[in-house]
Amino acid sequence: MNQMQVIRFSGLVLFLISLGIFLGMFFMSGYTLTGEIVREHVKPEHQEVLSPELSEIYGKTFELSIPFVNHINGTIDRYNKEQEAQQKWDQRIFDDYASILIRASASGSIIQNPGLFFFLTFILGTIGSLMFILPQAKLQGPPGIKNNGIFHNALNNRGWIGILIGALLIMFYILLYFFPAYITNWIIMMDPVKQIFIPSAQASQWFLYGFIYCFAVLVMGVRKIIKYSHSRYKILQTLSVTFFQLALAFIIPEILMALNQPYFDFKNIWPLDYDFFYDSQLNTLLSSGTIGIFMLIWGIMLIVIGVPVMTFFFGKRWYCSWVCGCGALAETAGDPFRQLSDKSLKAWKIERWLVHGVLVFAIIMTGGVLYTYFTGSYSLFGLDTYSTLQKPYGFFIGSIFSGVIGTGFYPLMGNRVWCRFGCPLAAYLGLVQRFKSKFRITTNGGQCISCGNCSTYCEMGIDVRWYAQRGQNIIRSSCVGCGVCAAVCPRGVLKLENVEEEGRFGKALLTGNDSFKVQS
Amino acid sequence: MKNIVIIGNGIAGITAARHIRKKSNDRITVISGETDHFFSRTALMYIYMGHMKYEHTKPYEDWFWTKNKIDLVKGWVQAIDFDKKILHLDTDDINYDQLIIATGSKSNKFGWPGQNLEGVQGLYSYQDLESMESNTQNIDHAVVVGGGLIGIEMVEMLHSRHIPVTFLVREASFWDIVLPPEESEMINRHIREYGIDLRLSTELDQILDDGHGKVKGVKTKSGDVIDCQFVGLTVGVSPNIDFLRDTKLQVDRGILVNEFLETNIPDVYAIGDCTQVREPLQHRKPIEAVWYAGRMMGETVAQSILGNKTAYKPGVWFNSAKFFDIEYQVYGQVNPNPKSNEKSFYWEDLFGKKGVRIVFDSNSMQVLGMDALGIRFRHEVWDEWISSGEKIEKVITNLKKSLFDPEFFKEVDVEIQEKFNREHHSSVPVRKKSILEKIFS
Ligand SMILES: Cc1cc2nc3c(=O)[nH]c(=O)nc-3n(C[C@H](O)[C@H](O)[C@H](O)COP(=O)(O)OP(=O)(O)OC[C@H]3O[C@@H](n4cnc5c(N)ncnc54)[C@H](O)[C@@H]3O)c2cc1C
Ligand code: SF4
Repeated sequence: MNQMQVIRFSGLVLFLISLGIFLGMFFMSGYTLTGEIVREHVKPEHQEVLSPELSEIYGKTFELSIPFVNHINGTIDRYNKEQEAQQKWDQRIFDDYASILIRASASGSIIQNPGLFFFLTFILGTIGSLMFILPQAKLQGPPGIKNNGIFHNALNNRGWIGILIGALLIMFYILLYFFPAYITNWIIMMDPVKQIFIPSAQASQWFLYGFIYCFAVLVMGVRKIIKYSHSRYKILQTLSVTFFQLALAFIIPEILMALNQPYFDFKNIWPLDYDFFYDSQLNTLLSSGTIGIFMLIWGIMLIVIGVPVMTFFFGKRWYCSWVCGCGALAETAGDPFRQLSDKSLKAWKIERWLVHGVLVFAIIMTGGVLYTYFTGSYSLFGLDTYSTLQKPYGFFIGSIFSGVIGTGFYPLMGNRVWCRFGCPLAAYLGLVQRFKSKFRITTNGGQCISCGNCSTYCEMGIDVRWYAQRGQNIIRSSCVGCGVCAAVCPRGVLKLENVEEEGRFGKALLTGNDSFKVQS
Repeated sequence: MKNIVIIGNGIAGITAARHIRKKSNDRITVISGETDHFFSRTALMYIYMGHMKYEHTKPYEDWFWTKNKIDLVKGWVQAIDFDKKILHLDTDDINYDQLIIATGSKSNKFGWPGQNLEGVQGLYSYQDLESMESNTQNIDHAVVVGGGLIGIEMVEMLHSRHIPVTFLVREASFWDIVLPPEESEMINRHIREYGIDLRLSTELDQILDDGHGKVKGVKTKSGDVIDCQFVGLTVGVSPNIDFLRDTKLQVDRGILVNEFLETNIPDVYAIGDCTQVREPLQHRKPIEAVWYAGRMMGETVAQSILGNKTAYKPGVWFNSAKFFDIEYQVYGQVNPNPKSNEKSFYWEDLFGKKGVRIVFDSNSMQVLGMDALGIRFRHEVWDEWISSGEKIEKVITNLKKSLFDPEFFKEVDVEIQEKFNREHHSSVPVRKKSILEKIFS
């Protein structure tokens, strides 16, 4: 092993240690509930009804968050059921006492020293990752396509490492979305970072998630830039998505909140941002003065003008692979898995039904929500807008599809599972791209040798070669314009372009055979 | 309904089958002993290097053949009875009404001592790839003999598995029978940049036996001995027609065909690598063992089979390759050394990784051809310029139109224009760079 490889190896070890500590932290605090804590954190009217059952565990120390949380949630659930049985709907408790109480009851080194744990996980993890990644700039040799060994590798080819990472990610997402109180230790660790923005605040599960997300985009963005160092297109694109993720999705919203303004991600567009028209959101914006109104108008302008106009000129890539947060993660952390997308015709059929189905669902759901907002009635055509539209959408699409499957399945189905099969905004952008846009991928005369690199590395599962080998422009609603097909093509066949709309679809024409006009 | 049989499921045979199927309901059978389905031979290297799996190299999904009623038969044709129109396979007999022979090439071997030892092989077929996989397990050193396109691919393949390689090239510079000196020299540099032991002007003398029938090294004509456990022999290919020699079919180096791709036997056609065109067009060669020629012959022969008799008229020559990271494209005629009526203009970038050559007629000033390293150009534009005899100054002026590099890549036309003006005392208008371009360059 030479020096560089030693550095890489040490970096990997360091990263694994930090990951180990991160996972270990799950087990690291003790939780002891007391009457005092309950008195301090539970609303007086709730104290009365909950404390008899809660008091069963007063003074008892739990080693694990799960039974502790289950006890509290069980207490509340039982109480709510009783109320429901007596038709006392408004008596039910919706406060997230599990998260509040477990934080207050936690003891141990994490709560005493969250900064230390932040250092041991994120800082060490970053150092380790960079030690692993940076030497590649030299080790990988002259700039060019660096796909050697991808299909021999247990990480990139659904081997055991890929499956393990997939399983970890899926578990993480399930905890994050559905059982945030279980992962209180991780959230507590983020307090010092949160307090940079708002000194008195505590981190939430979403702050933790946002931070990990940015961390992944940043570190893997460095890897991506090194890997594609020969391509200015890929480099600029990576810088762009990283910037938008860090600034618009993370830092600016935090600053807004510190200034007592509504949380707002200026680049998130309905229907990806599916709760944009929820009454809670509308009420917040409308009650926040000029800035709230501005945000509301900005959001609507993006939908009705931003998307069509930008997509007309640049194709949907302006958003999906240059701005979007999901795109940011897919193009950086997801890049090692792009070759796992399914290229079959069957997958394409499923994709079209699914993604457009989600778009329709999003529109109906939003329609229902707005109907309720304006009329005050929860009943639309005899259906309850909350329980039949809003809630299932949030659960199945907002959480399961976009998170658990969308990211958890990176190592199994490729890095754009969500963008391809589920994202309603991608479907909308795609319709514009397909029918009214200057964007296309042009093929170069007759130069294609049907090698298949372009199709293999297409993260959206487009069979690029199908078009290239018959000399046909590639115009597909799903194409996010990541540019990798053009990068990996060994014969210089593909070019992403914005040119006149006329003749965009063109004929399948191959240059070079003058015997007759060859139309494939 | 005619019974059309094609021997060979490579690009030539498959293209013919597809184009026939588009316009006819005849029975179409494609026979090959190599693989069940058509795959891209040009992508063999990427399987070994782990960029793709075999599955990825199949241009059509497996259902495609049933859906399009193209019957696939796996087997080797051992002999053909042209009188009775019957093919004798190792498995079966198959008769035909019309036959298309598209059997491709085989790797050359020049009778070196030791060329049949274990661990010595060429690279052409899928089976070659499999044996390369097993022959290169746990080896310390490999030698590749022959500085052509497949040779450098094999070097890259071995390098991707961290196997040290010595690359023996007979010529004084890499592929200098095709590449002009500057281009060839750039590739020499690039090969060495990768740490390959490139030995130019070096010929193989013999391959050494370890006493157990396996290779243990090679000896060069100058007497050097290089220890190795693998030898790649990539000294060109020739038509794969041994089973057709000494039959009624007229062959020379390849199966002889006329301009309609017809052989001397009625209803028997030949296309692709295995053919030798009796009277090729002036700008083409009788045997062109490239993907594109196979495809174009397939397209053309299909027309004749469909009853629309069509002569094979390949247009302006084009080809492409990739030498490690440096892509190569050529359009029209670029000779390694300019002919007496030719002038050759060459530009290379500062880092020696990009180059463009344009060849034109010194009297008429019409462009004859171009080649490019590390820069992509538009095929259609150059095809048009060369076939219509566009004047060099016009080409240099409009060069940007022909660039095909991805967006944000540096556009080299301005530097080329400036250099052209300096060297040819001409005043081609130089394109104005945009502000963004100035910032980034
Ligand atoms: C490693 C490599 C890289 C290459 N890269 C390029 C490139 O980048 N660009 C380029 O232009 N060209 C390239 N070529 C050349 C190109 O692949 C060939 O020119 C092309 O594949 C020839 O196509 P074909 O259809 O004529 O023959 P083939 O592809 O050889 O197909 C013939 C088929 O017929 C089968 N067959 C032969 N005899 C029989 C028989 N008796 N019975 C049954 N089946 C039989 C063979 O097994 C084979 O499957 C490359 C070749 C190789 C080996
Ligand atoms: S377009 Fe390029 S990458 Fe795609 S199959 Fe053709 S040669 Fe290969």
